[in-house]
Amino acid sequence: MERRAFLKVAGGVAAGLGLTGIVTVKPARATPAEMQEAIRAVVGSARITPGKVKLELPPLIENGNAVPLTVTVDSPMTEAEHVRVVHVFTEKNPQPYVVSFHLGPRAGRARVSTRMRLADSQNVVAVCQLSDGSLWSDSAAVVVTLAACLEDGI
Amino acid sequence: MASALINVPPRAKRGEIVEIKTLISHVMETGFRRTQVGAVIPRNIIRRFVCSYNGAEVFSADLHPAISANPFIVFSTIATESGTLAFEWTGDNGFSVKETAAITVE
Amino acid sequence: MRRLLIALGLLALAASAFAGEIALSDRRSGYELMGRELRAMQDDDTANPGMLWVLEGAALWKRPTGAASRACVDCHGEAAVSMKGVAAHHPAFDAAKQRPVSLDQRINNCRVDRQQAPPLAYESRELLALGAYVARQSRGLPIAVTIDDRMRPFLDAGHAIYERRQGQLNLACSQCHDDNWGRQLAGNLIPQAHPTGYPLYRLEWQSLGSLQRRLRGCLTGIRAEAYDYGAPELVDLELYLMWRARGMTMDAPAVRP
Repeated sequence: MERRAFLKVAGGVAAGLGLTGIVTVKPARATPAEMQEAIRAVVGSARITPGKVKLELPPLIENGNAVPLTVTVDSPMTEAEHVRVVHVFTEKNPQPYVVSFHLGPRAGRARVSTRMRLADSQNVVAVCQLSDGSLWSDSAAVVVTLAACLEDGI
Repeated sequence: MASALINVPPRAKRGEIVEIKTLISHVMETGFRRTQVGAVIPRNIIRRFVCSYNGAEVFSADLHPAISANPFIVFSTIATESGTLAFEWTGDNGFSVKETAAITVE
Repeated sequence: MRRLLIALGLLALAASAFAGEIALSDRRSGYELMGRELRAMQDDDTANPGMLWVLEGAALWKRPTGAASRACVDCHGEAAVSMKGVAAHHPAFDAAKQRPVSLDQRINNCRVDRQQAPPLAYESRELLALGAYVARQSRGLPIAVTIDDRMRPFLDAGHAIYERRQGQLNLACSQCHDDNWGRQLAGNLIPQAHPTGYPLYRLEWQSLGSLQRRLRGCLTGIRAEAYDYGAPELVDLELYLMWRARGMTMDAPAVRP
């Protein structure tokens, strides 16, 4: 088939099917509202008070693929009074869950570190539950120069 | 062929709080990345990490895709008695790695 | 003695011939451009992800392989002794090939000639692990590639590549790394591009990778056709970069964003 003729036919078909134009695939992104939903799904509806837990993140990280994070809770970590669990959430990653650390009186100290991925500059939230059932939270903002999660694999 | 790097002080005094550092090689594929032709690369992550001390669980973590590749976790435990610290990582596609470290408590 | 004088003479000539370079005292490793958290990640052997490859390399060092059923340790003994300074001296001249070879190529030469095993693929996990393990033994030592009359033509070729404009963006390495280091490019600080820490754990790769992987990435970035792994152009460029970084301290396996 002659080239011009082929293009003409293809153009006609494409227009007919409404396929002209560029198709973009939008990656999934959580929102602050979804993060709140996720927090509630994990800890229930009880009141969460800011305090006791401290979330340490660098204010600026060059690459969002490995952001060092430390959570510390002000607690004597005794049998009577200790941290049961610390959850971490994000606002704008494709999904809001990050990690849950299960502690207990044998930990000695409520301090855990890891490295996380951040898909955008955003807030990160830590929620901890103490042995008496109370819930406490902290949040930190991180500026990310190069985002994680959404770059193409090879 | 996963390797794990574990750092535990070999000896401690009874009642002392010891810091344990763990690093395991794993790609932690999020399930959100796509190939150059647009196909989704399936999720493949470690989902759970458990540390036991002479058989009793003393720490655990539930991991999600937001944990970086080659997961690094630092936590602490009280040196109660001499024995073995056991570490287990499990995840997608039947991933399972177990490592141990001895600790002498004076 | 005569050879030494010739070598020193050539070095002096080399120093004056390559004007427009960063002054020796102004050279800075990419480590110094990183934030506190990433520097801490690199400095702690119990936290540096590159150490996972070093650990694996240590295991491979002892594993018999190939038709000769020989392990690296059988000829070389303890790597901490025999491999000390080796990475700091590569690329080095290979008499059989009559040209410089990179450390990865030297490892593969050993595998083929001494272990009678097939060469490891470039950027394969095992080659990276062995490379990381050997490079780790040069940590803290100054980079010291030998430039004599045999090596000089390859150094010049590497330098020519470094200065040549390439790719659709028509950029030469020197334009970013000599003229604009310390400035921002797409939100990132441009380093001086000294290979003190290779193979290194790059956060962008979420893995350990070689200098050649980084060079190919840069070439792709300026929209040039990247040379294949192991190409003479890449080894010549590696030689030039190591010579340019002479005297700087090796810190492999490094961590970079």
